[in-house]
Amino acid sequence: MSVPEAASADRLRRIIALIRKETRQILRDPSTVIIAIVLPLTLLFLFGYGVSFDARRIEIGLVIEDPTPETGSFTASLTNSSLFAARTARDRRNFESDLVAGRIDGIVVLGSAFSAQGARGDRAPIQVIVDGSDPNKATLVRNYLQGAWGNWLIQEAITRGERMTFPISVEPRVWFNPEIASHHYLVPGSIAIILMLIGALLTALVIAREWERGTMEALLATPVGIIDLLAGKLIPYFVLGMITMALATGTALFLFGVPFRGSFSVLALMTAVFLTTALAQGLLISTLARNQLVAAQSTLISAFLPSFFLSGFVFEIAGMPLPLRIISYAVPARYFVSGLQTLFLAGDVWSVIWPNLAGMAVIAVVYITLTAVKTKTRLD
Amino acid sequence: MSEALVQLNRLVKRFDGMPHPAVAEITTAIMGGGITGLAGPDGAGKTTLLRLILGLLKADSGTLSVCGRDPLSEAAEVRDLVAYMPQRFGLYEDLTVIENLTLYADLRAVVGEERRAAFERLLSFTNLAPFGGRLAGALSGGMKQKLGLACALIRTPRLLLLDEPSAGVDPVSRRELWRMVRTLTDEGIGVVWSTAYLDEAERCERVLLMNDGRLIYEGSPSGLTNRMVGRSFHVRNAGEGRRGVLASAAKMPGVIDGVIQGANVRIVMAAGAAPLSAEDFKGVSQVEVTPVPPRFEDAFVNLLGSATPAVSRLAAGTRRAKPDAGPVVEAKELTRRFGSFTAADRISFSIGRGEIFGLLGPNGAGKSTTFKMLCGLLRPTSGEARVAGLDVAVQTSAARNRLGYMAQKFSLYGDLSVAQNLAFFAGVYGLAGARRRRAVERVTEAFSLQRYLNTNAGMLPAGFKQRLALCCAVMHEPPVLFLDEPTSGVDPLTRREFWAHINAFVQSGVTVMVTTHFLDEAEYCDRIALVYRARVIAAGTPDDLKDSVRTHALPDPTLEDAFIALVEADDKKVAA
Repeated sequence: MSVPEAASADRLRRIIALIRKETRQILRDPSTVIIAIVLPLTLLFLFGYGVSFDARRIEIGLVIEDPTPETGSFTASLTNSSLFAARTARDRRNFESDLVAGRIDGIVVLGSAFSAQGARGDRAPIQVIVDGSDPNKATLVRNYLQGAWGNWLIQEAITRGERMTFPISVEPRVWFNPEIASHHYLVPGSIAIILMLIGALLTALVIAREWERGTMEALLATPVGIIDLLAGKLIPYFVLGMITMALATGTALFLFGVPFRGSFSVLALMTAVFLTTALAQGLLISTLARNQLVAAQSTLISAFLPSFFLSGFVFEIAGMPLPLRIISYAVPARYFVSGLQTLFLAGDVWSVIWPNLAGMAVIAVVYITLTAVKTKTRLD
Repeated sequence: MSEALVQLNRLVKRFDGMPHPAVAEITTAIMGGGITGLAGPDGAGKTTLLRLILGLLKADSGTLSVCGRDPLSEAAEVRDLVAYMPQRFGLYEDLTVIENLTLYADLRAVVGEERRAAFERLLSFTNLAPFGGRLAGALSGGMKQKLGLACALIRTPRLLLLDEPSAGVDPVSRRELWRMVRTLTDEGIGVVWSTAYLDEAERCERVLLMNDGRLIYEGSPSGLTNRMVGRSFHVRNAGEGRRGVLASAAKMPGVIDGVIQGANVRIVMAAGAAPLSAEDFKGVSQVEVTPVPPRFEDAFVNLLGSATPAVSRLAAGTRRAKPDAGPVVEAKELTRRFGSFTAADRISFSIGRGEIFGLLGPNGAGKSTTFKMLCGLLRPTSGEARVAGLDVAVQTSAARNRLGYMAQKFSLYGDLSVAQNLAFFAGVYGLAGARRRRAVERVTEAFSLQRYLNTNAGMLPAGFKQRLALCCAVMHEPPVLFLDEPTSGVDPLTRREFWAHINAFVQSGVTVMVTTHFLDEAEYCDRIALVYRARVIAAGTPDDLKDSVRTHALPDPTLEDAFIALVEADDKKVAA
C-alpha cells in the first residue's frame, strides 16, 4: 500500500470507528430515542389532531321572525349539515347574551320578509351576526353561512324547476385538496418543522455532551481530523433522521389519511437534502455552544421558531412585511414545507420541487462550510 | 533522562478576562525516560501548558517544539507520538471497557496482530481483563483512571501527558497508578504528571513548579527541599494542647509555616532564624522539639511566602458554646439502603465538644450518605442521627439551625457581591435587623473581607472564595460545623489559612466534622473513622491508625500507608 492509500485507509477506519461508537451510544441512550421517535410522533399528533383550521359544529342561533315553508326548508338545510348545530327562536334578543358569552358562534336572522324577497331573488334577505373579537372564526362562520345560503338558493331554484341567474356567479373549484381539509396541508408542513427540530437538536446536543463530559478533549488528542469528526457525527444522525421521517410519513398516510400523490424517491431525495441542512445547523450550533443547555436553547430559537413562523407552514409568507419575506429565504423549512405539501397533495411537480431543492442545497453548503471553518481540532 | 522531548521558549498564553497570563513566558525543556512533575495550585496554568504541548491550544507568543515538531502545523504527527489523559479520563461512559479501547485503537490505527497484542498487554497491565464487558460508567473511580490510561497507551507513545490523574482517586488506586507509570518510564517513555499534591511532585525525577502562570522552580525536588535542611521541626507531646502550640508558634518571629500532623505540630523556620527549641513553648505546654528532614511542601511554602495568619480573629468574637458533657454529634447504627444496595451499614460514632472528627474513605464508600443523614438531607433506613442532642430525622430544622455546613464545591452565588451573599445567608439563618448587621460586620472583619464587599463572589481569588464560604457557614454562630472536603484542590497556602480559622473555632468550643479522601486534611483531625464499603472499618486518632499498621518493614507509616493497609486488609477479609 502506498503512503496516501494507507493514510486514506486510516481515515476511513477512524470514520467507521466514530460511526460505530455513535451508533452504540444512540442505541444505549434512551434520551436519543425519545428525541428521534417519541418527540416527533407527539408533535405530529399534536399538529394532526390539535391544530385545525376547519370549522366543526358551528353553534348557530337561528332567528325566524315569521315561519313559512321557505324558512322551514332553510332551517332543515342548516340542521342537516354536519357543519352546523342550530337552535331556533322567534326573537334575536334570545340569542344576544349567548353570543356575548361565546356559547354560540353566530346568529342568523331570517327577517319577516324572507319568503317574499327570497322568491324574487333580488337581495339576500338574511342577516348574519358574528363575534368580531375573534376575526378568524367570525370570517369562517360568515363564509360557511354564505355558502350554506347560496346552496339553499340553488336547491330552491332547482326544486321550483328554475335556473338561478346571478349577474356574476363565482364557482370555486378547489384543486389538490378538494375537501379543503386543513390537516392535509398541516401534517406535511408539521413534518418539516419536526424534522428540522429533531435534526438540529440531535447533533447540537450530542456534540455539546462530548464537550461537557471531557471526551472531546480526549478525541482531539488523537490523530482524528475535522472531516472524520464531522462525518462521524453526520452519518449516524442522518440515518436516524431518515428513520424518523419514514415513521412520520407512515403516520401521516395511514393514521391521518393524508393523500400522497408524488413519488417516494423524490420524497427521499428532498428529505436527504433537508436533513443535511438541519444536521449541519446543529453542528454549527454545537461548535459555538459547548454545553447542552445552551445548545438546546439556541436550537429552539434558531431552528424551531423560524421554521414555525417563517416557513409558510401556518402563516402565509406572501402576507408578511418585506424584511420577514427576505429572511424567510434563509429558512430551510420554507423550501421543505412547500416541497412536502406539493409532493403529498399535488404530485411530482418539478417546477416546484427543483427551486426548493436548490434553495435547501445552497443553505446546506453554507452551513457545512461554516462548520468546517469554525470547527478546529483545537480547544480555543 | 535522555534527550529533550519538549522545548519551550518564552511561551505565553493569555485568556480573555484573566488578570494575568495562564502561561507567562515559560522557557524550559521536558526530558524523556522519567517523570516530570508539573506541580502548582489550581489555576496555576498546568492544564493550559499540557494543552499547548498537545496543540489543543495556540500560544500567543514564544516557540514550542514537541519531538522536534510544531504541535500546530504538524498536529497529526505530534498526536501520534504523544498520548494524553485529560482530567476526567475522556472515557465514553455508555461504552464498555473493550469498546472504549477499540475506539481509541481505531483512531490511532492500531490494527490486526498489533491490536491483539496491545489489548492483551494493557488489560493485564491494568488488571481490567475481567471487566472487559462492563460499561465504563459502571467502573469505580480507580478503574476509570486505569482505563483512561490504557486508552491513552494504545499506541506506545514517546511522551505521555497526565492531567491530574490522581485527583479524586483514593490512595490505593493512586499508589497503583504510580506503579504503572514507573513501568512506563522504565521502558523509556517520557511522562509529564500534573498535580496539585506536593507529596506527588516530590516523587518525580524532575519538577516544574508553577504559580499564577509563572515557572517558579525547575529541577529535582530534592534540589528545592535541600534548601530547607535544618529548618523543619516536629513539636511532640503537645497532645490536647497542639492547637495552642500552633497558634503560639504562628506568633513567633522566624516561623514561616506550621501544620498539625496527628499528635505533632510541624514548624518551619525562615532562613537564618534561630532553630526552634522546647524553650520557645515554655509558657504554653510541656513539649519536645526534634528536627525533622524537610519535605517539598516546606520548600513550596517558603518559596511563596508565609501564609499562617497570626491568629484567626474570627473565633475571638464567637459566642462560646455551652460546656456540655454529652456528645455533640452522634451516629447510632446509621443505615441507609437504596433498593438492594446498602450505602451505609450500621455506622456509629460520637463526637465530643471541641473535637475535629474526620470521616475518611475512598469515593463511593458511604461518606456522603452518612454526612447527608447527619445533616437531615437524607432519612436513615434505620438508626439515629443526633446533633446537639436533637434527633435530626425528627427535629430537622431545629437541628440544622445548630450546624454550619460548607459544601465541597463553591456553593455561593457567583453573580452576587460578597456583601449580598453575606446578607442572603444571614437571612437564610433567620437573622434580621440589628442582629444581621452585627453578624455581617463580625465575619467581614474577622475574615478581612472589607476590601471585597462589592466584588462579585465569582470573581474572588481562590483563597477569598474559601473564606467567604466559611463566613456564610458560620454566620449564625453554630456550635457544630460540617465541612465536606473543604480544601481539596486548594493550594497549600490557602489550606493553611483555612485550617488556622478552623483551629480557632475548635479552641472556642465548636465541634467540627470533616469528610475527606485527602490525607493532609485528615492529619488535622483529632479522631478519624475510616469508612469503606459502607462500614466503619477502623477508628481512632491519626496516630492510632498509623500505629495499627506499623510493621518491621514499615517502621514509620504515614496516614496514607495506614489507609492503604487497612483497606487492603478489609479486602482480604471480604475475599476470604
